[in-house]
Amino acid sequence: MKTFARNALGVVAGCALAASAFAADLKVGLSVSLSGPNASLGVPYAKGMQAAIAYRPEIAGRKVVLTVLDDASDPTTAGRNARKLIEEEKVDVIMGTSGVPAAIAMAQVGRETKTPMIGLTPISLAPADAEWFFTVAQPAPLMVNAVVEKMKANGVKTVAYIGFTDAWGDLVYDALLKATEPAGIKVVANERYARPDPSVTGQVLKIVALRPDAVMTGGAGTPGALPFLALQERGFKGGVYGNHGMINPDFLRVAGSAATGAFLPTGPVIVSDQLPANYPTRKVSDEFRAAFLKVNGAPSTDAFSAYSFDGYLVFADAAARAIANKVEPGTPAFRVALRDAIANTREVVGTHGVYNFKAGNVYGVDERARVVVRVDAGTWKYVP
Amino acid sequence: MTPEVALILGIDGLANGAVYLLAGLGLVLIFSVTRVVFVPFGDVAAFAALSLAAFETGRMPATVAMVATLAVLALAVEIRSLVVRGEARRIPRALLGWGLLPALPCLAAWAIAGRGAPAMVQVAVAVALVVPIIPLVARIALQPIADASVLVLLIASLALHFLLSGLGLLFFGPEGSRTAPLVGGAISIVGFTVSGQVLLMVGAAVVLSAMFFLAFERTVAGKALRATAVNRIGARLVGIRPARTALLAYVCASLLAGLIGVLVAPVTTMYYDSGFLIGLKAFVAAIIGGLVSYPLTAIGAIAVGVVESFASFWSGALKDVIVFSLLIPVLLLRSFFSVHAEEEEEEIDE
Repeated sequence: MKTFARNALGVVAGCALAASAFAADLKVGLSVSLSGPNASLGVPYAKGMQAAIAYRPEIAGRKVVLTVLDDASDPTTAGRNARKLIEEEKVDVIMGTSGVPAAIAMAQVGRETKTPMIGLTPISLAPADAEWFFTVAQPAPLMVNAVVEKMKANGVKTVAYIGFTDAWGDLVYDALLKATEPAGIKVVANERYARPDPSVTGQVLKIVALRPDAVMTGGAGTPGALPFLALQERGFKGGVYGNHGMINPDFLRVAGSAATGAFLPTGPVIVSDQLPANYPTRKVSDEFRAAFLKVNGAPSTDAFSAYSFDGYLVFADAAARAIANKVEPGTPAFRVALRDAIANTREVVGTHGVYNFKAGNVYGVDERARVVVRVDAGTWKYVP
Repeated sequence: MTPEVALILGIDGLANGAVYLLAGLGLVLIFSVTRVVFVPFGDVAAFAALSLAAFETGRMPATVAMVATLAVLALAVEIRSLVVRGEARRIPRALLGWGLLPALPCLAAWAIAGRGAPAMVQVAVAVALVVPIIPLVARIALQPIADASVLVLLIASLALHFLLSGLGLLFFGPEGSRTAPLVGGAISIVGFTVSGQVLLMVGAAVVLSAMFFLAFERTVAGKALRATAVNRIGARLVGIRPARTALLAYVCASLLAGLIGVLVAPVTTMYYDSGFLIGLKAFVAAIIGGLVSYPLTAIGAIAVGVVESFASFWSGALKDVIVFSLLIPVLLLRSFFSVHAEEEEEEIDE
């Protein structure tokens, strides 16, 4: 009896193998930072991807096989992971990762081996380098524009800027300059501080002395809370505006009451339960939350897991169209077809926005991918 | 710049200066007694701040695991050296000193974590928790090479900094924390308000410096420290054991670092690596004091604090550049006016 069962099992397994030989599985390679300083982003990325696979385990009748590697927050490891995924695991698409330099390293391997990559971070590449790269993240100008529109609606005429001394501070400042000019808002100060600085009293005193209508901050994470605390201490009465780099529960914890009333841009998924029922991403966001809770046993509280989910949805849509063209997964031809399919993505609804990719542009989102939230008693409140 | 702005910046600078003063005292203390420029000093301050933050959120601070690990390592090093020297009968004492003593604050932390203990108790335990750290790492890494040249000791302490800040990242994670103010409210002086926390920082610096002064002038232990600082061989000849005084210096410095941590945590967001910058600026102050003079270090610390505060007003991005540039004229002046003592070479020959 036992032998029979084993034989039967063997036959079934053999049939399954034979079947899979006829219809190859789709293979997804994900490299994220499961350890190291970027782990607070990388772990949710991985959990979001697990939720996505559980949400849609099959695409066009093909099973999806996911391989996850840890890049330890190191760009060199990320590049090596990308190569390993492509050459050893023979994946059809690579996705990742938490840091911008690491994502660029992966994108280079993707271009070299002609494998499409769906990035989960906002990186900018020259058009020639971006042929095989697409990202589901929102570009910084799109987010800053949303804040500037809010400033205009609030009657702000002058705004002072305080941000990091690094590339992030520059990125937000440039976006602010571009957005404020047509809006008729004057940027009156450009103050900077370093991430590890213990105090910004000097910079904030200078800003307060200029009496601007509002202050725009260009920090990120918990160090981004510093100007909020210093402005509160100096009794600044104007509005304070933030950027999407601050959408994180630790920012709220450190800033405390100092951030109350501040306006920040974010992907709509953060406040999806407060969105009107007819908001384009509302339905998918609800489904994402349900899938995430089911797979990981805890609700999702961050924006990162939703990026993985969206990356998978974009891939699923494109892969279905590529398979419909009778190209078999696992072949170079399929990777080309997949790249072309992603580049022709039309109105794919995700949790962060609605995606429309076209060749030569790594970003695929529009105004529907950002909302403005207000900090209210330590939580994000959707501002229509 | 209006007088009011200048006043705010001045007070902010004094508060910063008070912190650098305490850190500078610790650095000078360690250097003068052991010839080690103790780079990881600031890291220990950050651990105290993060421990306090953990207590406030009702969690057990990760420092406990760190202290326990270090204690086990130090104990192993001590027992090995005792066995090698054929003094195995002193192992029980070593167990008591290197094993049990560091475990006491860990037990206290375990007793109060998550029980809503009063703020002052949490502060006291957070400080006590970091007190074993400097003596333990010094026992593991610095005491075996205590007679090496200043440069070797500096490199070893630099390596210790990277080790400790790595452990900090492992144990505390990358996000920062702030703690509740130790004293609330503000005091109005001639129509100008100064927050209680700033007064506390400046007051603590003044009181602790005075205590330092008294301890060095009036107590036997303080005099032993001074004697070792002036001349190690001479001190040994009159019956002072350098290892013992070094241990005392490390414990005092660790205590200072702990106090700095709980003093700055309410006014700055502390990260696992925030301490390094505090230590570096205190080092500038200590250099102004020639790494030996306490009063000059104090003046240097206040100067660094005030310059930093005004620099952040004039040019936020160049603030640190301005502070560290202070070193150049100071070093030039010192090399012009100082007489070179040949003591250094003697010790290396020894």
